Amino acid sequence: MSSTAPTSPQPSPAPERGGAPAALSDVTASDSTLRRFLHGLPGVDAVGLEARAASLGTRSIKTTAKAYAIDLAISMVDLTTLEGADTPGKVRALGAKAVRPDPSDRTAPATAAVCVYPDMVATAKEAVAGSTVKVASVATAFPAGRASLAVKLADVREAVAAGADEIDMVIDRGAFLAGNYRKVFDEITAVKEACGASARLKVIFETGELSTYDNIRRASWLGMLAGADFIKTSTGKVAVNATPANTLLMLEAVRDFRAQTGVQVGVKPAGGIRTTKDAIKFLVLVNETVGEDWLDNHWFRFGASSLLNDLLMQRQKLATGRYSGPDYVTVD
Amino acid sequence: MSEKTDKNVQAGKAATADTAGGTEQRRLSVFKTYKLYVGGKFPRSESGRVFEVTDSGGNWLANAPLSSRKDARDAVVAARKAFGGWAGATAYNRGQVLYRVAEMLEGRREQFASEVADAEGLSQAQAAAQVDAAVDRWVWYAGWTDKIAQIVGGGNPVAGPFFNLSSPEPTGVVAVLAPQESSFLGLVSVLAPVIATGNTAVVVASEKAPLPALSLGEVLATSDVPGGVVNILSGRTAEIAAPLAAHQDVNAIDLAGADEALAKELEIAAADNLKRVLRPQPVDNWAATPGADRMTAFLETKTVWHPTGSLGASGSAY
Repeated sequence: MSSTAPTSPQPSPAPERGGAPAALSDVTASDSTLRRFLHGLPGVDAVGLEARAASLGTRSIKTTAKAYAIDLAISMVDLTTLEGADTPGKVRALGAKAVRPDPSDRTAPATAAVCVYPDMVATAKEAVAGSTVKVASVATAFPAGRASLAVKLADVREAVAAGADEIDMVIDRGAFLAGNYRKVFDEITAVKEACGASARLKVIFETGELSTYDNIRRASWLGMLAGADFIKTSTGKVAVNATPANTLLMLEAVRDFRAQTGVQVGVKPAGGIRTTKDAIKFLVLVNETVGEDWLDNHWFRFGASSLLNDLLMQRQKLATGRYSGPDYVTVD
Repeated sequence: MSEKTDKNVQAGKAATADTAGGTEQRRLSVFKTYKLYVGGKFPRSESGRVFEVTDSGGNWLANAPLSSRKDARDAVVAARKAFGGWAGATAYNRGQVLYRVAEMLEGRREQFASEVADAEGLSQAQAAAQVDAAVDRWVWYAGWTDKIAQIVGGGNPVAGPFFNLSSPEPTGVVAVLAPQESSFLGLVSVLAPVIATGNTAVVVASEKAPLPALSLGEVLATSDVPGGVVNILSGRTAEIAAPLAAHQDVNAIDLAGADEALAKELEIAAADNLKRVLRPQPVDNWAATPGADRMTAFLETKTVWHPTGSLGASGSAY
């Protein structure tokens, strides 16, 4: 399963492109080198990948290990609301929940972040003020990404100016699928620049629209080469979102990228993760693929909203021995 | 395959195939795999366990799933999911659906009669009478769905210009421990009143004789009852009932199938989230016409005050 990307054998002077680490700077020198590199990545063994993801999903995590996993998962949740109907009140409620997920049990950890649209960043920032919870904002014409670069950059700048700690951008899937990798690369680097030093950049590939595992691997490398701090599976707005297999594939990509460049990149599966069981399966994937270095909310996140309630109900079950119910967690 | 082989060996029934023709080939019996009924589906126990069910004489009948607490949890999730739709259905519609259950049961009379005869050691005629009584009981409760509101609800005279109405509403998810002795008529007598009023049910079948209950699941699945309204679990009553009684998302529990010691223990666990508890009551004859008590046990009363406007000089404003 291990896939080490080929590097060009001859050392070349590092060009002045932004984003790409020195070890791989030559591959981003031009459109053709980038294309050659991405298409030179080893093909994905789809059957092997899915079998590996499925077999890691069969681990039985119980008692104290489960309690640890639940708390870790809660601390990794990017509590998300991305609806047209979002109101300031809803965002404030979400912020309060992120800071103190279980009001009846103060030992429950806070979530990693709240994730909102750019116009709600200021409200969210206020709601989580004084806590460790960060504010993430989707930007760049989320979720379709169909807008000019100028519009996307304005979107990002607005979110950053409002105080967003993290920016979740979507790539231009149309350009990617058309083979226009350079355009995607340049957009990511431009957005990275607009994020400045203060905001971390998560790059959403929308894996459900990329058709093949090979494309997901290429997109992962492209995103990392362009300077992503996090690579993220999906927007949660299409039929197929995060699956264990595509997350495993992205975890392999960040592992190989760090092995080659020394740069660590985070991973965020998003959408479709609703139960504690699912979340624990993803944590097993992380532990078995990239190891403990990623078992921290600085490097791994869950993009989810309903997942948190299930985690809290399971947490209450472990603490009291009784099954809990939806009456004992907040509705959001 | 090995499971099937086991059954043949244990049953010793396969050998009783018709040999009258002598030269005719013996037909191997096709044994039924009894499964749980949860959320409109027929899963095996999450634990993978089964237990041997015997007839009243101790002869092996079938392997039934030995449910675990996780099966109970899954059943509660299914029941909760189904609650909104079932409680929101019109009483008339619920009555029609329940009547449909009776229609379907009528068509499988023979099967239920022989299962009841095996389970309770009755003659075929006695068992058939039990099944008939059970079918009649469904019809009886089907008729009640749109009448119970008239009995326990109504307009209340109040001292003010208000129209004051009380109406019964279903309690929610009800855990039902089916009677241990009367495997089918008893089961129907405790299950039908719970769902007739719009509750959803998680039923723990009789521990010794779960087969009629598990077959009832097949009838419910083919009779317009939405999946999850009734969920049927087989296994050790004490093992399944404990997590149900403590479950925070179960609103009421019917302890009909619990013995005295177990009932006490479950009642204590149920107090935690103020579940409604129906204590076990001695029933001499399940065939006797029941009152409305089993329905009213799992109803809440909602009272609405509606202003009628001022009662002016002309008197009533209605």
